[in-house]
Amino acid sequence: MIRLFALLFVTLLPTIAAAQSEEIVLGLSRDEVAITATFNGSDVLIFGAVKRDAPLPEGGPLEVIITLAGPSEPVTVRRKERILGIWANRDQIEIDAAPSFYAVATSAPMGDALSAVEDLRHNITIPRAVNASGAPSELMDGLAFSNALIRIRAGEGLYQVLDSTIDFEEETLFRGQITLPAALTEGDYAIRIFLTRGGMIVDDYETTIVVYKAGLERWLYETSRNQPLFYGLMSLAIAIAAGWLASAAFRVFQR
Amino acid sequence: MQIYLPIAEVSVNAFLLLGLGGIVGILSGMFGVGGGFLMTPLLFFIGIPPAVAVATEANQIVASSFSGVLAHLRRKTVDLKMGTVLLIGGLIGAAIGVVLFNYLKAQGQVDLLVKLCYVVFLGVVGGLMFIESLRAIRRSRKPGGGAPVRRKHGLVHALPFKMKFRVSGLYISVIPPLLVGLAVGILAAIMGVGGGFIMVPAMIYLLGMPTKVVIGTSLFQIIFVTAFTTMLHATTNFTVDIVLAVLLLVGGVIGAQIGTRIGVKMKAESLRILLAMMVLAVCGKLALDLLLTPSELYSLGAAGGH
Repeated sequence: MIRLFALLFVTLLPTIAAAQSEEIVLGLSRDEVAITATFNGSDVLIFGAVKRDAPLPEGGPLEVIITLAGPSEPVTVRRKERILGIWANRDQIEIDAAPSFYAVATSAPMGDALSAVEDLRHNITIPRAVNASGAPSELMDGLAFSNALIRIRAGEGLYQVLDSTIDFEEETLFRGQITLPAALTEGDYAIRIFLTRGGMIVDDYETTIVVYKAGLERWLYETSRNQPLFYGLMSLAIAIAAGWLASAAFRVFQR
Repeated sequence: MQIYLPIAEVSVNAFLLLGLGGIVGILSGMFGVGGGFLMTPLLFFIGIPPAVAVATEANQIVASSFSGVLAHLRRKTVDLKMGTVLLIGGLIGAAIGVVLFNYLKAQGQVDLLVKLCYVVFLGVVGGLMFIESLRAIRRSRKPGGGAPVRRKHGLVHALPFKMKFRVSGLYISVIPPLLVGLAVGILAAIMGVGGGFIMVPAMIYLLGMPTKVVIGTSLFQIIFVTAFTTMLHATTNFTVDIVLAVLLLVGGVIGAQIGTRIGVKMKAESLRILLAMMVLAVCGKLALDLLLTPSELYSLGAAGGH
């Protein structure tokens, strides 16, 4: 029964693909990133080809857009104000879900590769990706807060706009590279690839990369969360031992 | 060599941390202070989240004070009874401090509180030390100098619950040491410091303890209070980063040994005036940060703290 369904699926597949004249075939340099003690950022190479059943259709060149988004988490954005001569945090806004990392790479300037309508629909550019997750509008200048979030994260290399960085040859082979910074959070990182023609999306493809802490880093992190008492005592013991050893070693070295 | 800190979740150069530990260690060895008040702001500057910096620094202070206390215990320059009274106050203070810290963290005001504490305490202590050592230098230049020291019978002697502290040669009420311990405990929890720079002057000038037992006794109190603070931060905030602590520590211990050797060769008055100027410089830098218009008015924090 199961085999029959599988057979049916396989035979149906070409007909589904045929309905769509251009389709993405993807390769990834890696599908997981392990954060170890010496982790210092990582490059993700995203490459692929466009599969075509029909000759090149009319209507503008084909473009590729790739987005890579880290897990979303709520963020509080605070604004400083001068109170009694001192700059202190005053107003704050909570953004329900902002991606911890977001990069968007294109094969042509964003304005040419993507129409505003499609951006609204698929939340591709950074402001859309952040606001789509629901920036509250209770404050009049809510936009200033979400802009500040984008500005700060962009400054830290967490939000990247990589305009016209994708190599796209003969409207068939594409290759893009996104550099993950050293300060990463764990989770599933979503990759989306869009094919656009004249700003309109022709095909899209989604996959994920898993980013996780590994080895000693993982063990320390988990222990600190799951057994905080043990972790605290262990930290004290290790620190005392290390301090004592270092001074003992130095004394031997002095003699 | 970059190293990823598992709790702080940032990647930092390991040699930078060893170097920072070493420099602060040299200074603390030269001046006989813990160095927490310098290390914590430096950790802010290299991008360690303040909550992690404060908690990890507490852990590091335990370890770096440990060998010091052992040396003082061997020399019998620790007033265990006075230390215990200070410790009781300190533990209560640390608990209050961590509760206050967590409350203000949820309000988004913890950075301000930590920095204000630094400005006020560093300003006061640095200023007093500066004036005091200037006077000492002037006195030592005058022939036959040295003002007669008179034992004052102030408030310390008028309060109830008197107790005999044999090692310090004191018979005073337990209330002032308890309060001193309490204040230092709160500071330890909020500022990520041992609090020696507050406690040592308080023990000499407020409690009238003899100078030779002051350092050992304050170290004795600091170890337990910072150990307690470390545990509180580890269990309520999960912000103690052991990798960071060990790296700072190894640099710090070696630096302290070098610093002690430099310190022996310098004159006490000039050492004190150098320390005072350094304290005032850190204070000035932090004060400017609070007073000048910041280049970025907005800041990000993890949500869901309330």
